[in-house]
Amino acid sequence: MHRRLCSLFLVLALLVPAAAAQAADLIVSAAASLTDVLKDVKPIFEAKHPGATVVYNMASSGDLYRQLESGAPADVYASANIKWMDKAVEKNLVDKATRIDFAHNSLVLAVPAPNPAKVKAVSDLTGKAVGRIGIGVPEHVPAGAYAKKALVALNLWDVLQPKLIPGESVRQVLDYLVRGEIDCGFVYATDAKKGGDAVATLATVPEAGMVTYPVAVVSTSTKKDLAQAFVTFLASPEAAPAFAARGFGK
Amino acid sequence: MTLSTAEFLDPLRLTLQVAGLATLAALALGTALAWALARFRFPGRDLLDAICTLPLVMPPTVLGYYLLVMVGRRGFLGAWMQEVFGVSLIFTWQGAVLAAAVVSFPLVFKSARAALESVDRDLEDAARTLGVSEWGVFFRVSLPLAMRGILAGTMLAFARAMGEFGATLMVAGNLPGRTQTLSLAVYSAVQAGRDDLAQALVLLVSAVCVIILFTTAKLIQPKY
Repeated sequence: MHRRLCSLFLVLALLVPAAAAQAADLIVSAAASLTDVLKDVKPIFEAKHPGATVVYNMASSGDLYRQLESGAPADVYASANIKWMDKAVEKNLVDKATRIDFAHNSLVLAVPAPNPAKVKAVSDLTGKAVGRIGIGVPEHVPAGAYAKKALVALNLWDVLQPKLIPGESVRQVLDYLVRGEIDCGFVYATDAKKGGDAVATLATVPEAGMVTYPVAVVSTSTKKDLAQAFVTFLASPEAAPAFAARGFGK
Repeated sequence: MTLSTAEFLDPLRLTLQVAGLATLAALALGTALAWALARFRFPGRDLLDAICTLPLVMPPTVLGYYLLVMVGRRGFLGAWMQEVFGVSLIFTWQGAVLAAAVVSFPLVFKSARAALESVDRDLEDAARTLGVSEWGVFFRVSLPLAMRGILAGTMLAFARAMGEFGATLMVAGNLPGRTQTLSLAVYSAVQAGRDDLAQALVLLVSAVCVIILFTTAKLIQPKY
């Protein structure tokens, strides 16, 4: 009898801190390319707001939108392009008044460091040496949508179809590059930088246009004040050094 | 939104092709290894059995990762294949066959081993006294007696290969028309917001599975 009570007490004691932690969790659904910079700024934000814990949910912006559409309990949504945020605003999944742009990026053509296919520019992609080109799935990965826009503008989209290897997120394309499974790929400048020595950036792709990151408070959030604080924080001077260090523009 | 037959039939064709070949490979290798472990005693037998059963308990993404590391362009097997044959299995349907074969192998292996071990040794010895060679003993006595168990395992293996997702995604990628099997097609359809396509594919998979299970059950029914 005594033993049973002790075990029950222990189980309850373990559950209490878990329940307390969940109460102050701020769930941020953010595009995959923001993974590292958001990890960098997390301690800065949490120091300013004691008791708050930021929990990140990283995936492609399109996947995150689908989650919100299906009622996922996020507090903040940050996407890697205007399109997905516009859709979220249209469906009232985010509070339109809270929306701001907080960072910029550029799309680059990158290769695995040894560059076995000897790619030098986007025009080389049609050559025989290039067999596999990594690109995010344009339907839900903004990096893929930007790349498709550029390739369409350069009249290369149709001719390169057989060589395209779609990735579920821009980070997967980066992973393929790091492993050398593809000859080249379209990633953000910040991702190529993250790849370090394993990845070499060849050129920016200006035809992709401006890469803008909007962020907004999710309309079903139960922590609107904290969420708004986070949104404001992302664009503030306190977060700026972290973004600059990772290669984001402002 | 209209459905094109390509979106519908391509994944079906690929899935049957990949699952079919993977099951054949698993059947051949699984039965061979099962027979070896059932008939002979050697040091490390139990360890080998554990390794053969491993893909059954490991998460498919872990298996996919191991395969990616081994068969990728920089992996020891992949680099060798690249040098000697000039091919890479990553992002190809052959890679998908490899992933599906690895995950469904233990199902054939376990069932085949149990079935072969349950064959009465006296019957095999009787065949030997009548002058049948060892190959003959296997194909004319042991295998027919163990057939129902092996077929049951193969049926499970085929179902497993058809549903394979995690390891296939990591090794073969999700390339429409080239490696996008039915499970991957459903996943992509949902991601793209194409509920009509997702529903159609799910119905298709269910129908195909029911037909296969029903037909196989009829085939392995005792004929009396």
